[in-house]
Amino acid sequence: MVSYILKRMVLAVPVLLGISVIVFLLVRLIPGDVIDLMLGTEGSLRPEVREQLRQTLGLDQPLYVQYVTWLGDIVRGDLGRSLRTGQPIVENLAGKLPITLELAFLSVVMSLVVAIPLGIVSALRRNSVIDFVVRVLGTIGLSLPNFWLATMLILVASLLFRWGPALIYVSPLDNLGENLKQMFLPSLALALGLMAVVMRMTRSSMLEVLSQDYIRTARAKGLRERLVIYRHALRNALMPVLTVVGIQTGHLLGGAVIVEQIYGLPGLGWFLLNGIYQRDYPVVQAGVLIIAGIFVVTNLVVDLLYAVIDPRIQYV
Amino acid sequence: MSERALKPAIGMAHAAPETAPHGLSQTLARWARLARRNPIGLLGLAVLLLVVGLAIFAGLVAPFDPAAQPAERLTPPNGTYVLGTDEFGRDVFSRVIWGTRISLYVGIIAVAIALLIGVTLGLVSGYYGGWADSIIMRFVDILFAFPTIVLAIAITGILGPSLTNATIAIGLVYAPVFARVMRGPVLSVVHLEYVQAARTMGASDGRIVWRHVFPNVTAPLIVQITLALSTAILAEAALSFLGLGTQPPTPSWGTMLGTGRKFLELSPWVAIFPGVAIMLTVLAFNLLGDGLRDVLDPRLRGS
Repeated sequence: MVSYILKRMVLAVPVLLGISVIVFLLVRLIPGDVIDLMLGTEGSLRPEVREQLRQTLGLDQPLYVQYVTWLGDIVRGDLGRSLRTGQPIVENLAGKLPITLELAFLSVVMSLVVAIPLGIVSALRRNSVIDFVVRVLGTIGLSLPNFWLATMLILVASLLFRWGPALIYVSPLDNLGENLKQMFLPSLALALGLMAVVMRMTRSSMLEVLSQDYIRTARAKGLRERLVIYRHALRNALMPVLTVVGIQTGHLLGGAVIVEQIYGLPGLGWFLLNGIYQRDYPVVQAGVLIIAGIFVVTNLVVDLLYAVIDPRIQYV
Repeated sequence: MSERALKPAIGMAHAAPETAPHGLSQTLARWARLARRNPIGLLGLAVLLLVVGLAIFAGLVAPFDPAAQPAERLTPPNGTYVLGTDEFGRDVFSRVIWGTRISLYVGIIAVAIALLIGVTLGLVSGYYGGWADSIIMRFVDILFAFPTIVLAIAITGILGPSLTNATIAIGLVYAPVFARVMRGPVLSVVHLEYVQAARTMGASDGRIVWRHVFPNVTAPLIVQITLALSTAILAEAALSFLGLGTQPPTPSWGTMLGTGRKFLELSPWVAIFPGVAIMLTVLAFNLLGDGLRDVLDPRLRGS
């Protein structure tokens, strides 16, 4: 088991390195000279000042040297400095990351709590009215743009409850109630898409499991139906659901970028978008790197969970 | 969604490429039969045909020029302006209709880019195997490690916000999906006897790929194209919503929604209807995609 976990973790390293290469090269896509872009409008500098700046930033070095230096800094926890504020990005990020993680966590919890029971009922009563409603909602849920949903939720909340996105973010450590009031709608906006996916997956996976021989055996043994479903079927049916949730974290993080913007939550996505609007490239690099990193780590955790839950997985 | 589509079509691999002579009427009858078995997919197709029709004949259907400002700003929906007017007094209904063009245009070009890159990578990977395969598939794995929309946002942001750059970004981001869809079936076909036979008979790589490999991957490819179109349209709307895609005054659903958001409580219609348009179009693509998968990939029927 330990060796399996270690092996999975080692396998994640080349992927993380690959990500870092792509993020590094991403900024090299910029048409024109980075220096010009950095200087913005006051770009008409004397050539020697420009050359000096190039040397200070290490831009006169060959590309691979620049990459190795950059990667070395990252490994030591230095994500560079913002071009706009000159502050270290790590300090800036520290306060933003928990907001996005809370948002993602709440959405996952919300969608699982609603979607798994609905998916099960839908599979157990195949072709019933409930099944039909669940399937229709599932299909529509997949097609709803989350930014529109987020906007509509604000509209409904403001008309019904005079609720509006908060002006200042309140940390759950300071005031949990106030924090949850702020986070409920953004989490819901993110959760609905995931709900649709999880509902569909639970349903189809449950249907598949229910047609297996061991379920027939369990029933033939005379086990009560509830036991058959919860002990034998559900446990197996939930494995693919777990995988899907892992894969969907990507969507969730992407959605968070947009939803944070709409609700004015100063999280990771807000940080990334601001970097993009202000053409602050080190910030963009750091944001994309962290988001991809979270995605990889989540899927690693899902893989490990899989091994913990399913004894059939061989630890080789 | 990609989960199921990514499985190699093993069942199809053994079917000889369809070269049996078919009368036109026979083919039509077969399609009609398939369509009748799949009313939901047919509904998706019908909505899509409507959307395509609106895009082509936007000039005829839309009552106003999308850039004209014929009315008071933010007029609520009424007899003349069915969906109301926006912050410049432009007709929302006309702009939603013209918006179909942008959405379909970006969707089609982006998916074409993704197809071109992805199919090439997948073909090379599956057909030649070995080193090429390892390198390409590791690269694809790494691209899969980025949440697609985040990568698209970053690429558009860095290239500079514009319709063209958004299209390129979306195309690049979805290419790996096609590489994976292609590789599996290609890999399973390459070693089959009839391909070996073609090779012994001296057929060139190009001919083998075109005549013997492609017919085996068209089904999963068509399904994936349909689903990719829906995600590409969503992605364009998202990028435009954030101000990174289509730039005003071009009528794009995402841009309309993004600006309409600012007057949400005062005049919600500006933000509501572009969203409905996005949802219906994406829904139609998804229904058609699901329907096509049921029809074209019999192994997955009923799941």
